[in-house]
Amino acid sequence: MLQAPPTKTQVRPHDVLVIGAGGAGLRAAIEAKIAGADVGLVCKSLLGKAHTVMAEGGVAAAMAHVAAADTWQIHFRDTMVGGKLLNNPRMAQLHAMEAPDRVRELEYWGAVFDRTADGRILQRPFGGHSHPRLAHVGDRTGLEMIRTLQDRAVALGIQVYMECTVTKLVTGHAGVSGAVGYWRTTGQPISFPARAVVLATGGIGKAYEVTSNSWEYSGDGQALAYEAGAELIDMEFVQFHPTGMVWPPGVRGLLVTEAVRGEGGILRNKDGQRFMWSYLPDERRDEYAATDEEAAQWVEALSSGQETAARRPPELSTRDNVARAIYTEVKEGRGSPHGGVFLDISYLPPETVRRKLPSMYEQFKELADVDITTGPMEVGPTTHYVMGGIKVDADTGRTAVAGLYAAGEVAGGMHGANRLGGNSLSDLLVFGARTGAAAAAFAADAAEPYMDPVQVQTAVGALGAPLERDEGDDPYAIQRDLQDLMQRLVGIFRLESDLDDALSGLAELRRRWATARASGGRTYNPGWNLVFELDHLLTVSEAIARSARQRTESRGAHSRLDYPATDDAHWGALNTVISRGLDGSMSVATAALPPMSDDLRGLLRSGDH
Amino acid sequence: MPDAHLKVFRGSPGTEGRFDEFDVPVEEGMVVLDALHWIQGHAAPDLAVRWNCKAAKCGSCGAEVDGRPSLTCKTRLSDFDLEQPITVEPMRAFPLIRDLVTDVSWNYEVNKTIAPFTPPDDVPQEDWRWQQEDVERVQEYRKCIECFLCQDVCHVLRNHETERPFMGPRFLVRTAGLEMHPIDQADRREYLKDSGGIGYCNITKCCTEVCPEHIKITDNAIIPLKERVADKYYDPIQWVWDRVRGGRSGGAKAGMELPMLHGSPPPDQAPD
Repeated sequence: MLQAPPTKTQVRPHDVLVIGAGGAGLRAAIEAKIAGADVGLVCKSLLGKAHTVMAEGGVAAAMAHVAAADTWQIHFRDTMVGGKLLNNPRMAQLHAMEAPDRVRELEYWGAVFDRTADGRILQRPFGGHSHPRLAHVGDRTGLEMIRTLQDRAVALGIQVYMECTVTKLVTGHAGVSGAVGYWRTTGQPISFPARAVVLATGGIGKAYEVTSNSWEYSGDGQALAYEAGAELIDMEFVQFHPTGMVWPPGVRGLLVTEAVRGEGGILRNKDGQRFMWSYLPDERRDEYAATDEEAAQWVEALSSGQETAARRPPELSTRDNVARAIYTEVKEGRGSPHGGVFLDISYLPPETVRRKLPSMYEQFKELADVDITTGPMEVGPTTHYVMGGIKVDADTGRTAVAGLYAAGEVAGGMHGANRLGGNSLSDLLVFGARTGAAAAAFAADAAEPYMDPVQVQTAVGALGAPLERDEGDDPYAIQRDLQDLMQRLVGIFRLESDLDDALSGLAELRRRWATARASGGRTYNPGWNLVFELDHLLTVSEAIARSARQRTESRGAHSRLDYPATDDAHWGALNTVISRGLDGSMSVATAALPPMSDDLRGLLRSGDH
Repeated sequence: MPDAHLKVFRGSPGTEGRFDEFDVPVEEGMVVLDALHWIQGHAAPDLAVRWNCKAAKCGSCGAEVDGRPSLTCKTRLSDFDLEQPITVEPMRAFPLIRDLVTDVSWNYEVNKTIAPFTPPDDVPQEDWRWQQEDVERVQEYRKCIECFLCQDVCHVLRNHETERPFMGPRFLVRTAGLEMHPIDQADRREYLKDSGGIGYCNITKCCTEVCPEHIKITDNAIIPLKERVADKYYDPIQWVWDRVRGGRSGGAKAGMELPMLHGSPPPDQAPD
């Protein structure tokens, strides 16, 4: 670089600093602003590009527009059953109760959802949901949501810091006091003193080679919170979405929305067998159609907008189950030519497919030369979501660190051992709003934040270090090795010896990271930015591997080959808990699940649909 | 498969730009963004590229590929003659930050000047009932992923040739989505005419051609808005009616001026 880069640290104080501008961060910022706080919203990308934009199928809320019998109680039960009862029950309750209002609020702010015949918000079926429940806009629901929230945030005049990476939280005896990061466009360091901080940074998918997640999903919030002294729970529960693209190589892992199955998509292996019939768990068998004919009746009723007594097709089993089924079919030699299985929606009229699934139609036509109205897609599992995350108080999103809050995917507990499709978009609305309000209330009573200069200086110094090294590992090489390791050793099926190998491999990668070298300058340097993301990815990867090793059973998305049974007696009411020891090393323990009230427990037993 | 030969613009404002050349191994189905990632991972780790979803859903990775504004994540290498080099340059309408990344913040400033969605005070939300066919046109506008390729290709913006600001096709589409929303109450016609500079658009349809979401920007958004503006200001009956009624006014957020787009295009060095 010819011109000297700006290295003087900029200082921008706020009452509430929200880190991450996807759905949860935007919703938190809006609520905090409405509550009267001065809000700063920081995002690594441009506003409106966060991962929420990729959500396709819909937002789950028991509005009962399509199935009059749907209630929040049934949504609560579906969520708990889908999560193998490991969910924080209070979170699942609040989520089910408040999701309808949060969705209607989006409409009030300008969102234009698809409509029912009587002109209300339309809802579609999804895996594990007893009733059609997902409010949607074709298959681009996430775009509609993020644009609506973005417009609302702009209308409220919220201060947004775009393309700004946060690398450290600053803490003191009174809890969190702010954050330090840098502008990606200039490389200039920036310090945010804040009375309260909301983490809404999303997930961890970039720890894996095959993922539906973008580069931003590097576990930033989980790692920042862990280092600041918060706990991470249930990190072993990583959702492998059953249907990602498998071909061509450049799009491997790209999401194929569950809405394809929600609209009637059929999964077959290379022999033409509709294999999901053989993978339905016995205890839930009666919720699904008994025959191809009954499943076809259900699809027919759906497309004509009628209620039906026919039960849903087997493809609408929960994601953990469908992902394992596809993995098993491929592993046992019944996969498609490119190592997936076939997903077919082409038996529906072409105009229906194009209207209901417009972006899937485009995605396959433009990226894979496949016309999904005339033939099947090839799909296979892809790393999609982390159920585990920062341990929070259900009502407020408060963490163990005073003034530090978390909402959305970065927070743990809501989804238990497996998340139902559509529940993430409702999660980020419900808990984004709650957390934003709680953070604003905390900030209103909090003292002026004290930014410990030693911590700030150390964080600013660490920014420059990778650029100043004359030699060291290329961050891209470290990332490739990390993704390969996690994919091989901490994937869908786990084994203790693999997890031990993973932990020693991660320790070696951490050593290489400590001397990683970024070439080039400070202006919009992606290799340099990757160094800080690798720090976070290595922390969350270790948390996933340690938690996975700790949980000696199979449950939901966590499948142990050496412990294939679900062990309710020992593990049924235990969270794994990751925390940072005094010596800086990571420790793993267990803690009892938050208790469930008798009222809620009663809802789990009731069998009415 | 043969290698692809890419010529990629490198440079920062105030420095002499150049085209670096890379031979990239080609896999089946590969897109230009895959090639740029290969370059980052193997040859030029500091190559500045803006991208997110790699699925044509976020609109981050716009660039000019062989001169055509494109999303690099959906531009397939197989659409090119790989015997010839493929040139990749930043969007030319916006100020350069570095390499393929430009400063698009002007767009976010323009967006702030548009009056937001304004629901009626007197119709409770429970009574909002719209038919699917009534919302489909608005949904077309709302498909926009804000890649700003339409802004980049628009000659009014690209050539910086007007004395007053022009909001550009992206924000005409956004305004159309608000104006044609079934229950929006604001009237943005004065804003479109006076602040937004809708008259500068002379409907050459270049924006429609580059839209990756296939929004019929000119026909379905800009022309209907021009007609609405013309009805208000140039139809005598409508003019008298507005005077009698007092008219719904505004359309811009109070006190917000639409900014000018000032370009600082990268050094004009042709790829030799």
